[in-house]
Amino acid sequence: MKWEIRKGLKYTKTHEWADFADDLVTVGITDYAQDMLKDVVYVELPEVGREARVGESLVVLESVKAVSDLYAPVDGAVSAVNEALLDQPELLNEDPYGTWVVKIKVKAGGAAPDLLEEGDYAALVKEEADQ
Amino acid sequence: MSKEQALLFELGAPGRRGYSLPQLDLPEKPVDELLPEEMQRKTGLDLPEVSEGELVRHYTALSTRNHGVDSGFYPLGSCTMKYNPKINEETARLPGFAFLHPCQPVESVQGALELLHRAELYLNEVTGMERTTFQPAAGAHGELTGMMLIRAYHRSRNDERKIVLAPDSSHGTNPASAAMTGYEIKEIPSDKRGLVDLGALRETLNEDVAALMLTNPNTLGLFEEDILEIAAAVHDVGGLLYYDGANLNAIMGHARPGDMGFDVVHLNLHKTFSTPHGGGGPGSGPVGVKEHLAPFLPLPLVERGEKGFYWKDDLPLSIGRVQGFYGNFGVVVKAYTYLVMMGAAGLRRAAADAVLNANYLAQRLKKSYALPYDRLCKHEFVISARKQKKKGVSAADIAKALLDYGFHPPTVYFPLIVEEALMVEPTETESKETLDRFAGALEEIARLAEEEPERVTAAPHTTPVGRLDEVGAARNPRVCFEGDE
Amino acid sequence: MSGGRHYLPLTGAERREMLAAIGVDSAGQLFDELPPAIRLQEGLELPPPLSEMEALAHLGELAAKNRHLREYPSYLGAGVYDHFIPSVVAHITGRSEFYTAYTPYQAEISQGVLQSIFEYQTMICRLTGMEAANASLYDGATALAEAAVAACGVTRRRRVLVSRAVNPYYRRVLQSYMEARDFAVEEVPLVEGKTDYTKLEAMCDQNTAALLLQQPNFFGLLEEMNGPAERVHRHGALLVLSADPISLALCRAPAEYGSDIVTGEGQVLGNPPSFGGPLLGFFAARKKLLRRIPGRIAGETKDSEGRRGFVLTLQTREQHIRRERAASNICSNQALNALAAAVYLAALGPAGLREAAGHCLQKAAYTREKITALQGFEQAFAGPHFKEFAVKLPGSAKDLNRYLLEHKIIGGFDLEPHYPELGPAMLFCVTETKTKAQLDDLAGVLEGWS
Ligand SMILES: Cc1ncc(COP(=O)(O)O)c(C=O)c1O
Repeated sequence: MKWEIRKGLKYTKTHEWADFADDLVTVGITDYAQDMLKDVVYVELPEVGREARVGESLVVLESVKAVSDLYAPVDGAVSAVNEALLDQPELLNEDPYGTWVVKIKVKAGGAAPDLLEEGDYAALVKEEADQ
Repeated sequence: MSKEQALLFELGAPGRRGYSLPQLDLPEKPVDELLPEEMQRKTGLDLPEVSEGELVRHYTALSTRNHGVDSGFYPLGSCTMKYNPKINEETARLPGFAFLHPCQPVESVQGALELLHRAELYLNEVTGMERTTFQPAAGAHGELTGMMLIRAYHRSRNDERKIVLAPDSSHGTNPASAAMTGYEIKEIPSDKRGLVDLGALRETLNEDVAALMLTNPNTLGLFEEDILEIAAAVHDVGGLLYYDGANLNAIMGHARPGDMGFDVVHLNLHKTFSTPHGGGGPGSGPVGVKEHLAPFLPLPLVERGEKGFYWKDDLPLSIGRVQGFYGNFGVVVKAYTYLVMMGAAGLRRAAADAVLNANYLAQRLKKSYALPYDRLCKHEFVISARKQKKKGVSAADIAKALLDYGFHPPTVYFPLIVEEALMVEPTETESKETLDRFAGALEEIARLAEEEPERVTAAPHTTPVGRLDEVGAARNPRVCFEGDE
Repeated sequence: MSGGRHYLPLTGAERREMLAAIGVDSAGQLFDELPPAIRLQEGLELPPPLSEMEALAHLGELAAKNRHLREYPSYLGAGVYDHFIPSVVAHITGRSEFYTAYTPYQAEISQGVLQSIFEYQTMICRLTGMEAANASLYDGATALAEAAVAACGVTRRRRVLVSRAVNPYYRRVLQSYMEARDFAVEEVPLVEGKTDYTKLEAMCDQNTAALLLQQPNFFGLLEEMNGPAERVHRHGALLVLSADPISLALCRAPAEYGSDIVTGEGQVLGNPPSFGGPLLGFFAARKKLLRRIPGRIAGETKDSEGRRGFVLTLQTREQHIRRERAASNICSNQALNALAAAVYLAALGPAGLREAAGHCLQKAAYTREKITALQGFEQAFAGPHFKEFAVKLPGSAKDLNRYLLEHKIIGGFDLEPHYPELGPAMLFCVTETKTKAQLDDLAGVLEGWS
């Protein structure tokens, strides 16, 4: 496959990756997502502290001719945002797995996240790409 | 290789001027006496300083870096880039129109009111509507006005509705206009024919639906032939039908939105009625309504009374104003000129020729490009570059390649439901030779895409500038000249 | 015979050939999928078509029924103004490479329009002191309304304050735009013809998105601008202005007193009044609001060879990409009017604009003194004015205007319907286009009115 899918991460159906460490989850967009979006020119980040539920739009990513959202993979509160993206949105294209977008502190007792393992995500990407 | 054109701010010299004003012919007071010192401008006023001749050369140079309908074929789908008759420019510039103030006493503007009145009657006849307002300044503004009217109508019946429907092929202004009036938008899918999926529409319709916004012929250039069923279904749940008139050019004189069941229409005088697009505007987006919506129209309306024409502004249910005065009157003068010169048969002929030109081109081009909806089209059609895409040549590349043949490209990537879309609208004012040359160019590009795709993807080669870095422009926006860095 | 034959190049033989190529027998068949019930059997009922000569005569007759501002001196302002337009403006806007083009989506063959927009944006920024401007909106009224909507978006609040000294037509448009979204508009009352800032204390709070002011205000008075920005910013609201661009040659730039968004009517810059349209709404803002600006924006960039060029930029704000989430539904701009404005500003330059503004200031002051010296005519408000001023009248403005028209003068704007508390009153506007002789004549005619 043309797109990298990194081991050890969880994935969403909306093409975010999520890296869990205790109750903190680091979120970014996948290689496939950045390739679909093309050159990212602007990232609208949320305020630290903002609470979100699973599936809620947290970040807006803009390319020249498209807009897409990054959705919260879990219920929780934003604990950090990657401010480097304000000046260098291209990092998302250059190194999607090395570039995190937000960190979320998972809310205890929140809704169960619907996350995919690497293999299932690869199947999803293949299916979408074939359409 | 062509040079950059200097910016006005890089031309001229301090002290140069391009104007003359008379001497002040009355006793001058010290400025401080009229304008207290603390209210006076402190910031410098860094405007260009050029002579009149330099100014003219600058803009003449800029004009040579621009393509208009007068420069060549402009088959930009959905925009109806037809020829702009020169008489229109002359009539709109008559001082008796151009130098009228909107607040003059009505007895001093009877000719202008008469023109608006007649233009309204003629457009009512063309659309099959009861009343028309000229206040909206463009199509999108007409949509906003129409949505305001629809909202006011439902509210007046104590019937709050929340949803506006539009097909997935709809123009971006449709959902945007509905959102500006607080509606939630739901998309109706298109079926295999490229038409509104009637079953899906019926499933979505309920008493919360305020309106369905429809373009007919739609943005694929196809006539919604189920329109009467669609209208009945929408009306059955108490919803209204909105007509986006961007494509009226295809059917004027052959059918009327009013007869199809539409309750509100907007027209784009700058498309259908031959007024120039002006490099992006001004346009004019009159809105016509059936009787049940007339009480909500924006203020004021032109009426004819015993003593002549007058402004009627006591409409208690009116949505108010949507533009400061009466809309783009100067554009209405041009459209009116066109209307009186075309007459009924002329409009009908124009629509028929627009449809003929489009079908002729579509049938020829389907040999080299995919034609996803191969059926009788109206004034425009959408081809897809999906075959070419396999060779790495996109719709955008084909558009750029056309520039080297001296043609303005079709609309690309719209409607959204066709991949690699190229939407072609030749209009009735183009000759068969032009269509043939254009088809020839597209055929050659298709061949190149097959054999030497890199030649297509590197285009254009002959334009004043090459492909521009849009990514850079968006990452580092420079929207105002700040001097050389 | 059908009209407009000279716009339709296809000949009968060509039509037949093309129909054959498509595989249909007649032009009528091209409409066969239309349901029979809606196909027009009879032609539309329109008057018989006119030839070019007849059309010119007909339009000429309609135009001749109007009394225009080149015939009769006019003292109307109220949002549309009679300023001098150098000949060079119409010459350039009459170049068909500009006026027959559409929106510059294909940048490589639209550098003319794009660069002219970029230059226009720059001039608007320099006049207002703002850092960003768009390619224009429909008119000054909708520009102010869009600014209010943008302010609500930025602050996530649903209420704006507008001074009653803002043009009443603008307030009506604002009302329509805000009501459509269920946003609230509250009017700040006046004291002595100016915005009563003492009321802000009670009116402006954490729910206020913006304060909307006009400068000079509707009565031609210059509002005191030292206080408002600080007062509204304290609550996180924006200061939004509607400004007369010609006044800005002499008056403080809106950036100097903390404005966040500056809009206004650009018709004054080289565009004829045209019975109220097309006009030119300009829209400028602080850089931090760049992505909230509605409508088109031209931006500078480079081409594949490193040459400077211009494109439409930040398009993700717009309806063709963001659809229902767009900053605005606008899909055009008043490009040709913006071109006229840029040509006008470049022709006048800093000195010319200052001179034109200075003449307005002087001539309006002269006229105000003359008129208010007349028996029964009273200055409505004291304080510095720019080119307009309000006068209380000894009789109704409607009657006065009728009387003036008999004397081949187009009088001022009737204030009473909009500000009944003034009683009979008229707003006069005097620009650089008037001569002393005309102004003296106006005073003389007014004196004879009883
Ligand atoms: C289908 C359709 N609807 C609406 C519009 C908006 O019209 P305007 O540009 O006059 O605002 C357009 C313009 O391109 C269009 O093509």
